[in-house]
Amino acid sequence: MDMTGEHTIAAPREAVWAALNDVEVLKLCIPGCEEIEQTSPTTMEAKVVQKIGPVKAKFAGAIELLNIDAPASYTIRGEGNGGVAGFAKGGADVVLQEVPEGTLLSYEAHAQIGGKLARLGSRLIDATAKKLAAKFFDNFQEHLNGPDTPEEG
Amino acid sequence: MANGATGIGARVKRKEDKRFITGKGKYTDDVRMENQAYAAFVRSPHAHANIKSIDKSAALAMEGVVDVLDGHQLTGDGIGNIICGWAVTSKDGSPMNMGAWSALATQKVRYVGDAVAVVIADTQQLARLAAEAVEVEYEELPAVVKADKSLAKGAPEIHENAPGNLIYDWEIGDEAKADAGLAAAKHITEMEITNNRLSPNPMEPRSAVATYDEAEEHYTLYTTSQNPHVARLVLSAFYNVAPEHKLRVIAPDVGGGFGAKIYIYPEEITCLWASMKTNRSVKWTADRSEAFITDAHGRDHISTAKMGFDENGKITGFKVDTIANLGAYMSLFSSSVPTYLYATLLSGQYDIQNLHANVRAVYTNTVPVDAYRGAGRPEACYLIERMMETAARELGMKPAELRAKNFIREFPHETPVIMTYDSGDFDANLAQAEEAADVAGFPARKAEAAKRGKLRGLGYSCYIEACGIAPSAAVGGLGAGVGLWESAEVRVNPVGTIEILTGSHSHGQGHETTFAQIVAERFDLPIDNVSIVHGDTDKVQFGMGTYGSRSGAVGMSAIVKAMDKVEAKVRKIAAHQLEASEDDIVIEGGEVKVAGTDKALGWHEIGLAAYTAHNLPPEMEPGLKESAFYDPSNFTFPAGTYICEVEVDPETGRTEVVQFTASDDFGTIINPMIVEGQVHGGLAQGIGQAMMEQVIYDDDGQLITGSYMDYTMPRAADLPFYSVHHASTTCPGNPLGMKGCGEAGAIGSPPAVINAITDAIGNNNLSMPATPQNVWNALQAVTASQAAE
Repeated sequence: MDMTGEHTIAAPREAVWAALNDVEVLKLCIPGCEEIEQTSPTTMEAKVVQKIGPVKAKFAGAIELLNIDAPASYTIRGEGNGGVAGFAKGGADVVLQEVPEGTLLSYEAHAQIGGKLARLGSRLIDATAKKLAAKFFDNFQEHLNGPDTPEEG
Repeated sequence: MANGATGIGARVKRKEDKRFITGKGKYTDDVRMENQAYAAFVRSPHAHANIKSIDKSAALAMEGVVDVLDGHQLTGDGIGNIICGWAVTSKDGSPMNMGAWSALATQKVRYVGDAVAVVIADTQQLARLAAEAVEVEYEELPAVVKADKSLAKGAPEIHENAPGNLIYDWEIGDEAKADAGLAAAKHITEMEITNNRLSPNPMEPRSAVATYDEAEEHYTLYTTSQNPHVARLVLSAFYNVAPEHKLRVIAPDVGGGFGAKIYIYPEEITCLWASMKTNRSVKWTADRSEAFITDAHGRDHISTAKMGFDENGKITGFKVDTIANLGAYMSLFSSSVPTYLYATLLSGQYDIQNLHANVRAVYTNTVPVDAYRGAGRPEACYLIERMMETAARELGMKPAELRAKNFIREFPHETPVIMTYDSGDFDANLAQAEEAADVAGFPARKAEAAKRGKLRGLGYSCYIEACGIAPSAAVGGLGAGVGLWESAEVRVNPVGTIEILTGSHSHGQGHETTFAQIVAERFDLPIDNVSIVHGDTDKVQFGMGTYGSRSGAVGMSAIVKAMDKVEAKVRKIAAHQLEASEDDIVIEGGEVKVAGTDKALGWHEIGLAAYTAHNLPPEMEPGLKESAFYDPSNFTFPAGTYICEVEVDPETGRTEVVQFTASDDFGTIINPMIVEGQVHGGLAQGIGQAMMEQVIYDDDGQLITGSYMDYTMPRAADLPFYSVHHASTTCPGNPLGMKGCGEAGAIGSPPAVINAITDAIGNNNLSMPATPQNVWNALQAVTASQAAE
């Protein structure tokens, strides 16, 4: 499954970059994220609950940041084990560009699922992945542009 | 001894249906044992991976979890690997390469669904929850799912003792003669033909309830089996669960099998072993999702074929090269399906002197593949009948005419692929089907459809198959590990009622009715006085079970043999008591009489006399109970013509089967209603294969058709009202003259459907399943080539 997207965020590029690297921000923005822990400057461990079609699963997985070119781009790669539900893994190349409205975030993502998720959820995975991505960026945008965010100032 | 109302040929309503349609059937999942626990399997989500570690601690800590068991414990207790029971030898003389298959994987998983551990818990819900808590660490390996890719250089190797994933490279027929026949041909038809992979989908999922009796050191297994004695034999002799006298296997009501319930799977073995380990009864019932990844799949062939014709349309030579996908492990009869049940039928209904087939069977990272309704014969029939129809179009002949030019008309007929057809009248079936389908009126119907913007097409299939498997010595010579006879016992009780114990197993076929019919006919008794006992190794001495349309031709023949012995004894008793000659005794109307006199005994009086033993002939043993084993002398050869008529919507590719006509030769028919039901069901499965069903794996080996959202089963609205007819010849090989009807519909129908669609769209290049998308694409290819001209 491959997916691309673009989001304009009303915040300076450095602020967006910092947020993308902040586990607390990620925890708030990743849909279904129960916990996330930084294990090194470029690796994290996370627990995420997701429902794809009829399959609900708790994924325990590792996240790694690669190809870091701060504050312009990085590659985020993750792999989650959902136990009996199967597994999901994937990655995204994320690019931040300065634009008059703030920052243009664009990404190219790909994902692979296995086990029961693939058996029952294959036809739903595209829609689900798009929905989750949209939700993440909605959350992310709201987080950065909301009244509490000091970066907005 | 005629018994018109309930005897042979009567449309007797099924005795078993009272309990089935009132919800009173007793299936394996209905069994409740005291102290019963539940099994849930931990399965691989990867198609191919090394098992690095299994962490059971979290699951074991959960309340209500009895134990979590793995493959090292299983093999450590001496449970043997799962075997394929039919040894196929490669053409170079080497044995087939059978990879090890442990019921619970120890080192490596080879398909998505491969079991690595089992949780035993107090409830099913708990067992499933705990299975989620078992953490298995895998090291992923590259996977391969397509048969041809599996043979390619550099493909991932699945079993270390099967280099290049090749299980065997086998041939049948004379290649030099086939080549010479093709070289002499005036026209050669050449095709690449794929037979799509199917999931069997019996209505009742597989289930097992295993109980270990510690004091008796005895096991009882309730299970969804088509052949409980074969299950007990294999569980004892190969899997070392328990010796046969310490293992009882009961297959109670079983809701459909279609082949998938022949085999002994990891789950049954594991439940038996786990019941001993935990000292609890252990129950497991598959859910539908689990069935998709554990029930043996069917078909999955890739073939190329060449057929040569002379100037008169006579076949001069036929050559076939097939790659058969057997999945990740060799299931019980998997080796025989693409060889002795497939290539031996490649002569079809035709006199082909020069025939050669080569079959390579391969491993892939997919669910094991084995017999599914028809087993090899649908693949053969589809290949030949697509070739014949395509050749007729290329030669500008009518499809029926080309076939008739090549029909076999003298019997017995020995084919170059080791079958000896014993009987048949292929012209009669063809003529009956053409008349019933009103082939003469087709051009008018096609023109009328065209006015509505629809493309109407007509397709034939003249099938032959081999049933009644099988002569034991013959299959033994070909590598079978078992004999394929059947046993029966006829018990006449002191009150005259009769119990028939049979090694056949009914899982939808209606044996309780048809088997009783032949007894009611023979002894001219009410059918309600006869009951059928089957499916329990403690009740029935032995039996080989039900598959390959063998219960009539083989199972009923054993009953006839046992009835012969009973009748002989009845005559002796009656002759003795009525002071007459045995030759003058007739059995009719519930009485045993002396012909031409008013001297008679009631049937029940004979039964009572046999058991009181007050007045029996000298030296005669008391009692009235006889058994017989029947070993068939040959396969039987059901055959027929199917004609399918379709309408294609060129805008959408949507195809409707508007008429389906069947003319079958099943030999003697015991119950036409049940036979028609078998044909209807077989046609539904065949049309399902042709138009809807397909198991799809992605390139990583993930099954993506794992539910009915993605795997399309035919429904009533997808199917026409069938027109089913019979033009029969008597089978000379068994006492009732029966051929078998269980698989014909699924064997004969797919090519008729595809031939009809390709006729409608004017493009022979169409693969199953003919979904609207595939048909639409094939139509666009026609439009594109017309535009280019």
